[in-house]
Amino acid sequence: MPTDQASGAGAGSIVRSAAQNTPLLLDIRNLQVEYLTPHGPVRAVDNVSIAVQSGEVVGLAGESGSGKSTLAHAILRILHPPALITGGEILFSGKDTLTMNMTELEQFRWRSVSIVFQSAMNALNPVMRIRDQLLDVMQCHGISKAEANRQAVRLFELVGIDPQRLDAYPHQLSGGMRQRTVIAIALALNPPLLIMDEPTTALDVVVQKDILQQIVHLKERMGFSILFITHDLSLLVEFSTHIAIMYAGEIVEKAPARELFTNPLHPYTVGLMNSFPSIRGEKKKLTGIPGSPPDLISPPGGCRFHPRCPRMMPECPVKAPANKAVAEDHTVACYLY
Amino acid sequence: MNKIPNPSIAENPGTTGPLLEVRGLTKYFPMGSIFRTRQVHAVENASFTVKHGQVVALVGESGSGKSTTIRLIARLLSVTKGEILYKGSNILKSEPGKASLAYRRKVQMIFQDPFCSLNAVHPIEHHLARPLLIHKMVKNRAELRERIYSLLSDVGLNPPAEVASRYPHQLSGGQRQRVAIARALAVDPELILADEPISMLDVSIRMGILNLIAQLKETRGIAYMYITHDLASARYIGDEILVMYAGNLVEGGGGEAIMNDPSHPYTQLLLSAVPDPQSGLRTRKEVTARGEVSSLIDPPPACPFAPRCPKVMEICRHSMPARTTIKDDHWVACYLY
Ligand SMILES: Nc1ncnc2c1ncn2[C@@H]1O[C@H](COP(=O)(O)OP(=O)(O)OP(=O)(O)O)[C@@H](O)[C@H]1O
Ligand SMILES: Nc1ncnc2c1ncn2[C@@H]1O[C@H](COP(=O)(O)OP(=O)(O)OP(=O)(O)O)[C@@H](O)[C@H]1O
Ligand SMILES: [Mg+2]
Ligand SMILES: [Mg+2]
Repeated sequence: MPTDQASGAGAGSIVRSAAQNTPLLLDIRNLQVEYLTPHGPVRAVDNVSIAVQSGEVVGLAGESGSGKSTLAHAILRILHPPALITGGEILFSGKDTLTMNMTELEQFRWRSVSIVFQSAMNALNPVMRIRDQLLDVMQCHGISKAEANRQAVRLFELVGIDPQRLDAYPHQLSGGMRQRTVIAIALALNPPLLIMDEPTTALDVVVQKDILQQIVHLKERMGFSILFITHDLSLLVEFSTHIAIMYAGEIVEKAPARELFTNPLHPYTVGLMNSFPSIRGEKKKLTGIPGSPPDLISPPGGCRFHPRCPRMMPECPVKAPANKAVAEDHTVACYLY
Repeated sequence: MNKIPNPSIAENPGTTGPLLEVRGLTKYFPMGSIFRTRQVHAVENASFTVKHGQVVALVGESGSGKSTTIRLIARLLSVTKGEILYKGSNILKSEPGKASLAYRRKVQMIFQDPFCSLNAVHPIEHHLARPLLIHKMVKNRAELRERIYSLLSDVGLNPPAEVASRYPHQLSGGQRQRVAIARALAVDPELILADEPISMLDVSIRMGILNLIAQLKETRGIAYMYITHDLASARYIGDEILVMYAGNLVEGGGGEAIMNDPSHPYTQLLLSAVPDPQSGLRTRKEVTARGEVSSLIDPPPACPFAPRCPKVMEICRHSMPARTTIKDDHWVACYLY
């Protein structure tokens, strides 16, 4: 991997941390994760740098299979073999989680991060009532039973489920209700960092907005930070402070949410923005971004987006463009800039 | 895979009638203790039709009974009350107990949760081969393989040979969803019951799948019941839209009619909450109608939306309104009309 790219990507986070003068809550630098398969290594996360400051909501968006969940799992160090972290650093409040020993790691997972997995709908224990699952988590963290019960009711109200349903088993709840239950469990512990991996895929817009608003209010009260993974850019612009766009394992653009929306630069970002069907105006056929996502075992050389890029130039297939700062906090990896 | 002629139109003389007609479909789930049995009214008196080659989009609140409705049609749950007519024949009478093999081929279901609908111990190949072999859709090994590969590339999973050899846990969430779609398409169904089939896909791949659905509808006359919480894609793909709230169908009609002239206050709320990425950062209305969470447990005979409805009237709290025609086949169940 070219080193210029590495230093370019690192620069973004260094600028941000220097301005604040405190270590970033989460600072991922040049992370690289591979799945070893019989057909060769799948480099699912390639030289990714991303930072989350305390109180921020950082959105991570990108195509299906671009490595978002892999990144989330790497942060918690819960990748399963054959996955391997082959490079980079993950600093949490200045401490590198990749060098933590087992006890430190357990403490870190226990106290510092909550995650809502993408498989949330089926993450609940099928033979245990919802109430017991919620109480278990809270009691393990030293909350009294009475308090945990009260908290369970509050959390169910927060995610918009009738608290009478606390005594149901998971299969008695709808997909969206299960997803909301898992969000409730993640919120119960109030850790400094909440990672949500496609948390609202089964929710209608009304419930979705309502819950995200509730979470943002809660975040403001309690002061935690959020890493919000989704394919839905329109959600991110409303609820996040910064957005990173991932394509085929790499971050291709990073900017404050408003900046990204008013001034998207990378042709992939632009393509994403233009392929939304709309509920208003004339109904027209949309093509999305032509072509299909690359095979990560042998990704295209140079810029990985070049085979699908409407603005490809001669140098694009030859050498990958470095991340370049184009405005404050706004970086893009594209030869157009 | 486009060689097979459309069997529904070819073999069936009665194509003039609807493919599927549902009358007064009702499902109650018992809940609670032996001392006090209560019931979850998951689907209440639902009636609608799906014509040959038509896409009916079912939208509505999380927990409103959408999945239950299509599970009843797929015969995965027993029906409390009501009739299901498939090509005019009352299948609950003609095939009581268990659905016939033919019905299970003609009516395919794509489940809401891609993380539990694929069996972890088998490679993707197996998941696609099984239905093809059970329903005797291929003559030999070579044809089987060719069919599997073409199905995988149809849903954008490349390279197909490599993907076919993977296990479900080696695929991302959106990739699993696409396998589920490929599996449903494998056996030349007449009706696909799709439960949020693209909720984890980004807009670009989503458009690819929606266009594929539209294309198969045109070329092979496949009809769909398509559950989604994404109104924009409901509009994009749906010939007709049905809106469900707390177990009740509250509005239905052509896609454009519903989008341009939403009549039920719930439909209006739903549409007002849709983010419009085209409008960028224009400030949108906060979702205000939080109010009471609808409980489906032994509900009173009232309009279920009454507690949250901005236009509620006295009568709404005492009985459920019947359907009123707005224009052509656009109807609403609301006392305002
Ligand atoms: N165990 C594994 N073995 C081999 N490849 C894997 C494995 N797990 C994931 N991958 C591959 O790594 C890539 C990244 O997967 P990941 O789950 O991180 O994607 P994602 O961005 O979360 O996608 P989605 O939005 O669809 O959930 C995908 O191409 C996937 O096929
Ligand atoms: N096996 C069951 N036992 C008891 N209640 C059930 C069962 N299955 C579903 N329900 C209840 O029926 C109602 C409707 O559920 P359903 O899964 O149909 O909703 P949905 O519209 O698909 O929601 P979502 O969009 O969240 O998936 C919910 O209140 C749910 O809790
Ligand atoms: Mg994922
Ligand atoms: Mg459902």
